[in-house]
Amino acid sequence: MDLRNRQLRDIYSDLLVQEAEKNPNIVIVEADLTKAIKNNAFFEKHPERAINVGVAEANMIGVAAGLANMGKLPFTHTFTPFATRRVYDQVTLSVAYSQLNVKMVGSDPGVMAQLNGGTHMSLEDVGLMRNLPTMTVVEPVDGVQLAGLLPQIIAHDGPVYIRLLRQEFDCIFDDNETFELGKAKTIKEGKDITIFATGIMVKEALDAHAILKEKGIDASVVNIHTVKPIDVDAIVKEAKRTKAVVTAENHNVINGLGSAVAEVLGEHYPVPMERVGVMDHFGEVGKKDFLMEKFGLKAVNIVKAVENVLKRKDV
Amino acid sequence: MEKRTLLEQKAKEIRINTLECIAHLGVGHIGGSLSIADVLAVLYYDQMNVDPKNPQKADRDRFVLSKGHGGPAVYATLALKGYFPMEMLKTLNQSNTNLPSHTDKNKTVGVDMTTGSLGQGFSAAVGMATAAQIDKAPFHVFAIIGDGESQEGQIWEAAMFAGNRKLDHIIAFTDYNKAQIDGTTMDINDVDPLDKKWEAFKWHVQSIDGHDVIAISEAIENAKNAKGKPSMIILNTIKGKGAYFCEGDPGSHNMPVTMEMAQKAIERLK
Repeated sequence: MDLRNRQLRDIYSDLLVQEAEKNPNIVIVEADLTKAIKNNAFFEKHPERAINVGVAEANMIGVAAGLANMGKLPFTHTFTPFATRRVYDQVTLSVAYSQLNVKMVGSDPGVMAQLNGGTHMSLEDVGLMRNLPTMTVVEPVDGVQLAGLLPQIIAHDGPVYIRLLRQEFDCIFDDNETFELGKAKTIKEGKDITIFATGIMVKEALDAHAILKEKGIDASVVNIHTVKPIDVDAIVKEAKRTKAVVTAENHNVINGLGSAVAEVLGEHYPVPMERVGVMDHFGEVGKKDFLMEKFGLKAVNIVKAVENVLKRKDV
Repeated sequence: MEKRTLLEQKAKEIRINTLECIAHLGVGHIGGSLSIADVLAVLYYDQMNVDPKNPQKADRDRFVLSKGHGGPAVYATLALKGYFPMEMLKTLNQSNTNLPSHTDKNKTVGVDMTTGSLGQGFSAAVGMATAAQIDKAPFHVFAIIGDGESQEGQIWEAAMFAGNRKLDHIIAFTDYNKAQIDGTTMDINDVDPLDKKWEAFKWHVQSIDGHDVIAISEAIENAKNAKGKPSMIILNTIKGKGAYFCEGDPGSHNMPVTMEMAQKAIERLK
């Protein structure tokens, strides 16, 4: 399967159809965004296992919970804000509290909502979902990682929130890379500082790594694809090694990756750190580059954060 | 025993158990529990294919109390049916109990779905029926919603979906006792005309006396025969039915019930 030269939704859709061939319990529950996630193929391949509830996200989660209660393995999908904040009580009670195994895909995370604008821009979804007991929160970076993690997400007995890019993505990993749900993935190993990054910020972190190298700073870049449960061991190990940390996320700095890493460091091994992300603002309409610049999500922002942290490290 | 006599006897026993269960604690959702005693008697003693000795058997009929606060009546029924010892009813809402206010499938044997946040149980019941439809399974999913609960948008999202899907695996009831926490449904936010609403959502609709066990039994038979449509049976009921101290009183949603009150009510029932 081509995991590189296509939009991520095409890859997701093909992977899901492929998994559904192997697992007869997989069903999909859509809320009028089937075409947006390219799940038409699933509807054609397995029409009896494909459900569209229309523009009714609460019922999408309720129906999925009911299906899971009967042994089905439902994948729901809508845009990230509607997959989380709009249906938060349904996800909390009908899914998580009820111990039902529903996989919930939210697409176009954070600034990737782009021209759908501020109303569609979820900068709090990771925080909401990681606040729920039993919830696993995953943000695949690229096609290779999605392909590596999806079978594990299916095998995991419990609710999972999958924060999924929908269209363009940067190819970060080679085809033969392997990933483990819940385990951080080291991409660059440096000695001076560790940059923990997720989603679209992995590419920025790698760009920052190159800029820092020019400046004589040797940074680690570690991808946290599973924000919950977070890989405590990997974070502590890095902190012990480099003694300085920067996080980078396409999300509010409150309650997302940065908060999760800070919680781990605060309890296990405090070191100077800074968070790169959206500084407690709502989103707004615009293209990716404009928004990333406006909200300080570029490589240069990571470089600046690294330099700030290193000053504190040297003290 | 004649069917009516048997089912009325069971409904009476459910009411007695419910009263004792709540009075033992001293407070509870008495009104909306007592109004569904008759339909529970019919479901568990006449209509549903369930086996207390094999509570998880795959082809059983499912039951979802979407108005989860009626939990005490369900527990009274399950205990009576033999799912767990009658003694357990006294643990309602006590520390470490398996009988919480609102029904919880992970705590109570015989409970098929966790409910309590109104609107959600019905939506899940529709999902369960969808699974049965996909599998062409032989069983039904029975669900009870409240009239106050019918003010929730999610009820109508699920109703529209089930109607369009011709989901005849679900048979739902509205406990139309016309009362909610803040007053009568008519005064707060009138749900009338319920029958026309459900018909408009492409459901097979019947409106009956919700305290007439034979009428309930016959309505369920009709619903089972209504192929290609989900079924709504509107149960015209009285909140607190059978308890002299709160019959018809919206204030009975959640109220103090002493042992003395319960005993007096039980004597009158007998």
